[in-house]
Amino acid sequence: MSEKRMAKTANEAIAEAMRQINPDVVAAYPITPATEIVQIFSQFVADGKVTTEFVPVESEHSAMSAVVGASLAGARAMTATSSQGLALMWEILYIASALRLPVIMPMVNRALSAPINIHCDHSDSMGARDSGWIQLYSESVQETYDNVIQAVRIAERSLLPVMVTTDGFILSHCLELLTPLLDKEAKDFIGEYRPKNFLLDTEHPFTVGALDLQDYYFEHKRQEAEAMIESKKIILKIGEEFERKFGRRYEFFEDYKVIDSEVATVVIGSAAGTTKVVVDQLREEKIKAGLLKLRVFRPFPAEELKELLKNVKVIAVLDRADSLNAVSGPLFSEIRNALYDLEERPKIVNYIYGLGGRDIGLKEIHSIYEDLEEINRTGKIKSLLTYLGVRE
Amino acid sequence: MANLKELSERKELLVGGHRLCPGCAAGIIARQVLLAAKEPVVVVTSTGCLEVATTIFPYSAWKVPWFHNAFENAASTISGIEAAYRSLKRKGKIDKEIRFIAFGGDGGTYDIGLQALSGAVERGHRFLYICYNNQAYMNTGIQRSSATPKGASTTTAPAGTVIPGKIQFRKDLTRIMVAHQIPYAATATAGKWNDLITKVEKALATDGPSFMDILSSCRLGWGHPPEQTLTIGRLAADTCFWPLYEVVAGEYHLTYKPKKKRPVTEWLKTQARFKHLFKPENKGLIDTIQNYVDEQWQKLLKLCGEE
Ligand SMILES: Cc1ncc(C[n+]2csc(CCOP(=O)(O)OP(=O)(O)O)c2C)c(N)n1
Ligand code: SF4
Ligand SMILES: [Mg+2]
Repeated sequence: MSEKRMAKTANEAIAEAMRQINPDVVAAYPITPATEIVQIFSQFVADGKVTTEFVPVESEHSAMSAVVGASLAGARAMTATSSQGLALMWEILYIASALRLPVIMPMVNRALSAPINIHCDHSDSMGARDSGWIQLYSESVQETYDNVIQAVRIAERSLLPVMVTTDGFILSHCLELLTPLLDKEAKDFIGEYRPKNFLLDTEHPFTVGALDLQDYYFEHKRQEAEAMIESKKIILKIGEEFERKFGRRYEFFEDYKVIDSEVATVVIGSAAGTTKVVVDQLREEKIKAGLLKLRVFRPFPAEELKELLKNVKVIAVLDRADSLNAVSGPLFSEIRNALYDLEERPKIVNYIYGLGGRDIGLKEIHSIYEDLEEINRTGKIKSLLTYLGVRE
Repeated sequence: MANLKELSERKELLVGGHRLCPGCAAGIIARQVLLAAKEPVVVVTSTGCLEVATTIFPYSAWKVPWFHNAFENAASTISGIEAAYRSLKRKGKIDKEIRFIAFGGDGGTYDIGLQALSGAVERGHRFLYICYNNQAYMNTGIQRSSATPKGASTTTAPAGTVIPGKIQFRKDLTRIMVAHQIPYAATATAGKWNDLITKVEKALATDGPSFMDILSSCRLGWGHPPEQTLTIGRLAADTCFWPLYEVVAGEYHLTYKPKKKRPVTEWLKTQARFKHLFKPENKGLIDTIQNYVDEQWQKLLKLCGEE
């Protein structure tokens, strides 16, 4: 195993992973805070460090369209984007997944306009949650890198596109220690891409993207749903193999002292790091606090979450996105949904935080656990949804 | 020059049984384009009549690898496919010659797909983009596009008591493509098969992007009997409403010069979409259209050095 440690930002780590993957085709368009990925990768192309055909498209809509075309043609294809770029791809995201194309896309989380803002929240990827893409979230630079490497295998095994997210600026532009795989390790782990049917196989022509009406559309969507269900096993298997080979563990989520906790939070992305510090402090004060850090949001591991959370007394779900549905954030809806079948359900509340890159620190997270303890003591929920750290 | 006997011996790559309207020029054009290809081809088609009517699942009229992605992205999709081809060829995973053809309607080309087309041509992918141009959004029910000619009645620019159909002249997309310094661009029309096929052969032999704007009558949207399709296609060239020319590396060449240029009314009166123009109060409009056709023709003759 590699011993080489280096300081890298998440953008640099993603570009490094892409160099090792050496995709056949990359089509991409710049957008802050993901631009660097494309820039660094273009330099790899210019310096002959990869043999990729790089397509500098004129928009993200074209990036996703070109990558879909390339993937169907038989190539291992990647793009990268953020926020408005993802929004512009929207139409084609659904086509990539429904055509079962193993496209891989690092996605740097950034707030959606308006107002225009370049900093982190999860509105962009959360908005794409029903597009049929597997979504892997990352807490750190290392996780971002490891997720991109695993994404290739997950995509090609499940025949579903995979989006690997990382927090804009917080991770994309911050140096952390990264232990990358050696080139050979990465190459061996990823393996060759051998599609069964591909457009460039002109001796075996087939039609893709036909008009599909009342008599078949539903069956095709049902198959797509099945692929998402099946992908759960694949994600776990590839995570196990990754751990066996490289020593770092990857599952649907990380159980950070949840198992014996009374009060716990559910967090996605870099805020989990801050939350761990708070949990440790609380544990020293003999408070049974825990954190569930969700890595895989699509497919949603409802059963597994239910098992882990069932004995917790009070749970706070932290959403870095708002559904603007007059009830809660998107993660909260799904977690509460997952707990519904329990005989004895934990109490559960929602915090929407960090929109547009608003910082969240130890103090804010501490205040959440104080709220949870109060609910635990009194049995009463004062507010189901709290907007945390905003002037009201 | 295409040889009819030889063409008749080639394999049909777009076969019958599709659901295009009887007399639809789009199917005739697509079939002739494919007949002109000597190498294996991969085809992309944008959303529209041609796509919808040739591929209702589980059926397909296409005997070539064929992909429909969405409405506005035929050019970016073929870019990705062509990039994959170049990549896999370089890596030795593919060794044969393949040609790439994208078909888009005028809506998918002149309007919503113009950006993708411009990008793909600027990047220089080797592909042939065919706009089968029926001068409106036919698949959604005959709405106007920027390719719809002035005076035509469509469902979103209908002839009414106050407004006589489309107010604007149509966009000149071939000239826009020429402004991209595209190595090969041409116009063609259904009914002039030899001109069309010869141009496709040249386009496919071009090492870089090529573009063809092919006038494609829609008997439903234009309003004419199905058996008139090819006559109307030829009449468009004979009235100089739709001149036939090609632009090779920036040089304009006329490929068809009518012996006697016929008045535009002969073309207009074949189609119901222009019927209202023949009301006495619209006489001025017909004159405007004739003047415009004459002006454009003169400009083209000059560009082609035919004056
Ligand atoms: C993004 C998007 N907008 C609108 C549509 C609806 N739509 C489908 S086909 C079409 C018109 C196609 O017109 P054209 O490209 O001229 O092809 P034609 O049907 O005339 O052959 C439209 C508006 C769509 N499918 N996608
Ligand atoms: S509506 Fe027009 S373009 Fe569409 S299939 Fe019929 S004739 Fe062809
Ligand atoms: Mg049209």
